[in-house]
Amino acid sequence: MTILIDKLETPDVAPAGMSGRPGALRRLTQNPVVAFGLAILAVIVVIVLLAPFLPLADPSVTDVVDRLQKPFSNGHLLGTDQLGRDMLSRLIWGTRVSLAVGLTAALAAALVGSTTGILAAFYGGTVDMLLMRVIDVLMAFPYLLLALAIVAALGPGLINAMVAIIVVNIPFFARTVRGATLSLVNTEFMAAARLSGSSNVGLVLFELLPNVMPTIVITVSTTVGWMILETAGLSFLGLGAQPPLADLGGMLGNGRNLIEVAPHVATIPGLVILLLAIGINLVGDGLRDVLDPRLKAGGVARTHPATATAPVNRRKGRLTSRRRESDSLIAARGLKVDFTIGRDVYHAVGGVDFAIRPGEAVGIVGESGSGKTVTALSILRLVATPPGQIVEGEILYREEDLLDAPLNRLQQIRGNRIAYVFQDPLTTLNPLIKVGEQIAESMRRHQGLPRAEAMQRAVKLMESVSIANAAARASAYPHELSGGQRQRISIAMALANDPEVIIADEPTTALDVTTQAQILKLLNELRRDRGAALVFISHDVGVIAELCDFVHVMYGGRIVESGSVADVFGGPRHPYTRRLLACVPLLGRPDRPIKPILGLPPATNALPPGCAFAPRCAMAHAECRQGEIEPVFVGADHWARCTRIGEMAA
Amino acid sequence: MLNYTFHRLLLMAPVLFGVTVVVFLVISLIPGDPAHAILGTFATPENVKELNAALGLDKPLPEQYVIWIGHVLTGDFGRSYVLHRPVIVEIGDRLFPTLLLAGTALVLSSVFGILFGIIAAVRQNGWQDKLITVTVLIGISTPSFWLGILLIFWFGVRLAWLPVGGMVDLFGDGGFADLVRHLILPSFALAAVAGAVLVRLTRGSMLEVLRQDYIRTARAKGLSERSVIYKHAFRNAFINVIPVLGIEAGFVLGGAVYIETVFQWPGIGRMLVQAISTRDILLVQGGVLIIAVAYVFINLVTDLAQSVLDPRIRRK
Repeated sequence: MTILIDKLETPDVAPAGMSGRPGALRRLTQNPVVAFGLAILAVIVVIVLLAPFLPLADPSVTDVVDRLQKPFSNGHLLGTDQLGRDMLSRLIWGTRVSLAVGLTAALAAALVGSTTGILAAFYGGTVDMLLMRVIDVLMAFPYLLLALAIVAALGPGLINAMVAIIVVNIPFFARTVRGATLSLVNTEFMAAARLSGSSNVGLVLFELLPNVMPTIVITVSTTVGWMILETAGLSFLGLGAQPPLADLGGMLGNGRNLIEVAPHVATIPGLVILLLAIGINLVGDGLRDVLDPRLKAGGVARTHPATATAPVNRRKGRLTSRRRESDSLIAARGLKVDFTIGRDVYHAVGGVDFAIRPGEAVGIVGESGSGKTVTALSILRLVATPPGQIVEGEILYREEDLLDAPLNRLQQIRGNRIAYVFQDPLTTLNPLIKVGEQIAESMRRHQGLPRAEAMQRAVKLMESVSIANAAARASAYPHELSGGQRQRISIAMALANDPEVIIADEPTTALDVTTQAQILKLLNELRRDRGAALVFISHDVGVIAELCDFVHVMYGGRIVESGSVADVFGGPRHPYTRRLLACVPLLGRPDRPIKPILGLPPATNALPPGCAFAPRCAMAHAECRQGEIEPVFVGADHWARCTRIGEMAA
Repeated sequence: MLNYTFHRLLLMAPVLFGVTVVVFLVISLIPGDPAHAILGTFATPENVKELNAALGLDKPLPEQYVIWIGHVLTGDFGRSYVLHRPVIVEIGDRLFPTLLLAGTALVLSSVFGILFGIIAAVRQNGWQDKLITVTVLIGISTPSFWLGILLIFWFGVRLAWLPVGGMVDLFGDGGFADLVRHLILPSFALAAVAGAVLVRLTRGSMLEVLRQDYIRTARAKGLSERSVIYKHAFRNAFINVIPVLGIEAGFVLGGAVYIETVFQWPGIGRMLVQAISTRDILLVQGGVLIIAVAYVFINLVTDLAQSVLDPRIRRK
């Protein structure tokens, strides 16, 4: 293993896997689990390397008088075997053999396999086809069986066993490395290298090899343990190391028949193999985590059934009422949501208040990253935890704080009183469940309908969202439907239990333009017919203007302006709203110049003090860059967070 | 579905051909002269030549292959010159015990591997997860032959609860109960390592799936976590697990070689090890070929199973 670690430190390996992530090696050794693995390996390797200098008995000197001594007996720390040979000495020399054979096998398999994989991917075409067919055939054998066949042909012996293990591991390397290389061969930097006149040899050695190196290192680290186990296995069967030479497997095989009289002869070598393999596997997992975070051994974090919330006293500490909420269905007060990613904390939502009254359509508009989706998902605590956490505020549903509600209470409301329509219907519908069932299960859950009746109602709902031939389509899978049909299914799902509120998060963004119009019309009609309130999230000012009664404009995790659609879009009082409206082309006004907002929206892990828009605002002055900008009311329901609101009079 | 099956069968043909070529070549390229091996050191050159001609070994390799494959297809794998009986008969006696052992181990490792994988994912970072993760690490690092020996020592010798070998005839006097008692230790030893690999994979796959948008949709519908996990998440995670079940099958078929040796189980694995040490080449050849072909078919079955469970593949 030390050889592998050394490799990582050489600069030619670094650029690909570790660029932009300095300290990868440090992170590796700082991980306590990996450090433990490294410690095990270090101890074993040091002992084994020092073997010739240690005061050990000769491992092959027999002494029949002293045979089968128990561990800790006179002069033999680990006892003796059936020929009276010192177990400790045999163990250390045996480990030496096993390690050497395992590492050699891993490096040889890596060399041949990786070369095959790189060449197949680099040359493509017939070369690739032929090489891969050979690999396919080798992989068609159960791993160990092919090794046995090769040993059968070559004859038993340590070197032959090693060759067999190398051969059966080559396909694995070839496939993995070919995959990694293929993803590089057609990239732009390869094209650039080709154009700059690099020879094929140069391309492979200096462009491809450094970039697939992390893959090779990972594959070695995950297979070297296997190879040690498998060579030990062949020796155990008597097909590897031949007496008097003994590796760990051979010692085990030797002790197998003595298990009743002298169990230590077989157990101790096995224990060393186990330790060795544990050490290698721990380091291998750590290496993989560092070099390729996507393959993290611990796996990605599990999402919780509901977003985590901060304790009540901390969460409600600074609440002040801002808007009339008496007759509201849902009210958010001082909502703050943080995402913790590594050491960065993103304040995705930084103190948001809004209210939704029955039957009302409320729009939330803003650029990507303004916090509008997170705000909407927070209502029923559907923000993924980790990394999200609701750190402050409350969400009131008919005076009940949903952030305090237990999971089963949330589940009663989700999809029943408050329902969602999400953005991309291809990823938000379960690919393996028929769409009719995906609608019906929601009604079974909340209304307790029997299976058949729920399905009938699902078909009716599908008809009401204008899906032709609904009865047949109900047994289609999502991938069998068009994007527009899938989104109709999502809407039918949301309507299933006649909710009081439908929260639609960019429901048309993933659809083409004509379908968008149809879906919007449908959504609007249905919610009016059923008297449901609508929260409509979009970056599209025009759609909000058409669909909604109220609008909240979000920027940098805050609502910067709020009011009726007529007030806000008719007489915007926040510079950001103005600039947002100026970006929208107007039909029949080709003369009106479209003015994009210069600069980028702020990163929410490094928000400036004061107004988040100040860095992009032409009117900003010193006052905008400090402290909390309080909302200023310019009408009963219309307010904006701007220090220069007086100068912004419509 | 029929189309897909047909397509898969077509793809299998070249692989099967390749497998037979590899098995043929491995044995044909053996250094030394089989005739010498059979006749012993005192054979005269005439005797060797005669036998070579009788065995068809004086012909070019491709011709030898055609003759050999013709015999194989008619069930003639030659004769074991150590056991003095046809290879096919010996394999016939040994096949069922191996399939029984490997099959039991596969079922055990799949059921427990997937179950513990789900538990570890759902309780990520909880004590259950930590316990399972540590057990799995030990599991994948344990040589199965050593585990077998330990099991024999504890349950066979010390506690004397279970028989540790001596399974000679699966359908002998002991009946079914005796068979099960003989099967417990070896199938557990064989299943432990394979199951550990599967726990890791299921856990990773479940965690990945639990982050998907459709899981959020399921939760947004107010479904119970039980339904979210077993109906919505597990189905999707299982799709990724199926191909690995095929690999696991190869793993237990190979691992059976160790376990059969340790527990003296009368299967093909132990037969192969004995045949290799007695240089009984035709027996090795037959045994490897039969298991390899079985493995190709097992992979076909997992492919088809995946297409049955994943409607997206079926359509292609």
